Amino acid sequence: MASGSGFSRRAVLGGLGLGAAGLAAGSLAAPAARAAGKTIVGFIYVGTANDYGYNQAHAEGAAAVRKMPGVTVLEQARVPETVAVQNTMDGMINLDGASILFPTSFGYFDPFVLRLAKSKPKAQFLHAGGLWKEGEPLNAHSYFGFISQAVYTAGIVAGHMSKSKKLGFIAAKPIPQVLRNINAFTLGAQSVDSSITTTVVFTGDWFLPVREAEAANSLADQGADVLTCHVDSPKVVMETADKRGIFCTGYHTNQAVLAPKAYLTGAEWNWTGLYPRLVGDLIAGKTLPNMIRGGFREGFVRNSAYNAIVPEAARKQADGVRAQFMAGNFAVFKGPLKDNKGNTVLGAGTTLDEFDLVLEQMNYLVAGVIGSTS
Amino acid sequence: MSGIGWWGVPVAVLAGAIRVSTPFLFVSLGELVTEKSGRVNLGLEGTLVMGAMSGFAIAWLTGSPWLGVLAAALVGALLGVLHAAICSLPRVNPIAVGIAMMLFGTGLAFYLGKPFIEPKAPELPALDLGFWSANPAIRSALKVNALFFIGVALAPALVWMLRNSGIGLVLRMVGDSEDAARAMGYSPRLVRLAATGFGGALAGIGGSFLSLYYPGSWNEGLSSGQGITAVALVIFARWNPMGCLWASLLFGGAGALGPALQAIGVTGFYHLFNALPYIVTLLIMIVSCSPDRTLAGAPGELSITR
Repeated sequence: MASGSGFSRRAVLGGLGLGAAGLAAGSLAAPAARAAGKTIVGFIYVGTANDYGYNQAHAEGAAAVRKMPGVTVLEQARVPETVAVQNTMDGMINLDGASILFPTSFGYFDPFVLRLAKSKPKAQFLHAGGLWKEGEPLNAHSYFGFISQAVYTAGIVAGHMSKSKKLGFIAAKPIPQVLRNINAFTLGAQSVDSSITTTVVFTGDWFLPVREAEAANSLADQGADVLTCHVDSPKVVMETADKRGIFCTGYHTNQAVLAPKAYLTGAEWNWTGLYPRLVGDLIAGKTLPNMIRGGFREGFVRNSAYNAIVPEAARKQADGVRAQFMAGNFAVFKGPLKDNKGNTVLGAGTTLDEFDLVLEQMNYLVAGVIGSTS
Repeated sequence: MSGIGWWGVPVAVLAGAIRVSTPFLFVSLGELVTEKSGRVNLGLEGTLVMGAMSGFAIAWLTGSPWLGVLAAALVGALLGVLHAAICSLPRVNPIAVGIAMMLFGTGLAFYLGKPFIEPKAPELPALDLGFWSANPAIRSALKVNALFFIGVALAPALVWMLRNSGIGLVLRMVGDSEDAARAMGYSPRLVRLAATGFGGALAGIGGSFLSLYYPGSWNEGLSSGQGITAVALVIFARWNPMGCLWASLLFGGAGALGPALQAIGVTGFYHLFNALPYIVTLLIMIVSCSPDRTLAGAPGELSITR
């Protein structure tokens, strides 16, 4: 039975649609006026911006962009990987006139960045994670750094400092990027002493402070004397290592102030170097590639300054390898390489270039790692 | 220094039981007192997080961790009183208020806690009960925080209080029969206000343990649901304070098992081991449940529909 109100459902919906279109047109006009001569860049973080970890590394990059002339930076923290991020980006574009967006969490890309990139072709989206594929919108970019290179050099320092020859690695989940870091850390340490092993504890999620502390204590109980981690905020792991009187190497950003005695060095994102470069290129009207990747050589990653207790031999070896990375003639993953189940994963003479996409699918732990991917 | 091998597992479980159980213990004892008065306060997750934040903030600002604990207790009591005050209005559902208070508490703590994520506050003192051992693992496991002892002492004290003291009798009467309490001249509203405030204070103290001792810093992922788990532990403990103590120790110990097994090289099924506390809870609930004595010990006025 038809309703007696005189409006068909279709007419009502149509009216709503027109209204929404009107609103959209109105809000699109505003930023054009406001943005004259000023580039507005929006940064979106999944956690707190001062977490001593993943988000802080991005926020430090945002702070570097803020120093550029003619640029205004907007920041929003604690945006979940849901439609909330799409709304946040939409708001930054429509209400604040942002033309460049940095959605910095892995899970923001598909479908949220992709969806918005289609409907906002004038805005540029720079996503951290390296997820862009052929056929996806050209104004969406995905960048990522080969931080495993910096983890490798940190592993060299850890290898020099370990007396028990046991290292500990606290990791969130066994995904390829995490496995790549565990392997790089172990290979770096084994380049100092091939008998070194790394014990891995997977916590199951990116931010579980109590379980991370338990894992760090358990590893210390088992004699590990250098700890590192791949979780969103390494704070608890670093502080626990300090309390237990063992060493640690950092991740994401510099955590030296949290563990002044224990912190040897760390693998850091160099977003402070990269972000102003990317924003500068876009302002200059250059077209950025859709997949932007690099390591030491391209200025994407760096190591924290060495602790004063790191001996000369360790510094020399780590600096030497870093110089080779800079020159582009060092590979972390080269054959012959076995996994920790005894299978050969890389034959003798095979060298994997960092850009090789095979590395993005890493599903094994190298020999010397005590742990399992499942 | 070398590892302690398989001994690491019982040591870690013991250490975990001591280190991780304290917040569970305080929150569940607090909720127990509140529920004994016939009211459920689901907002204790928010109270825990507020306690963690305010305890850390005050400890950092004043330099005294014990002032931090005191502040956490006061903030917790305030949140509890607020819950009770709203619930004493007519036609208010305490469950809905509890959920609102949970969101309010966590949201407020995140908002006010922003400046306290970076600093380091002074830590609560711990007793070094492992001084006799040369093994660093044992020494670390037996470093026991003062709040743990207070919590452990609190459980039998509450048993005695509920069974023998006048306050305990009034509390139980209000929880079992509002009409009887009114007939005796006690105001259920006031008793519940006090009980919810007390419960909130304990939950606040539990939160301060997280930020001031273990893991010992303030951040937004600190609780990861421990407050809610502790509220559920009360049912698990059948409204018995000693039950709360055992349940908290069990939860703490079981939580340490996952990381400890991986650390000695038992690498498979870690998701399962990490889920162990919940599996254990389910098993005990199933085993201890029987049709003729379900929810023995539950206060008569305790209901989710009023």
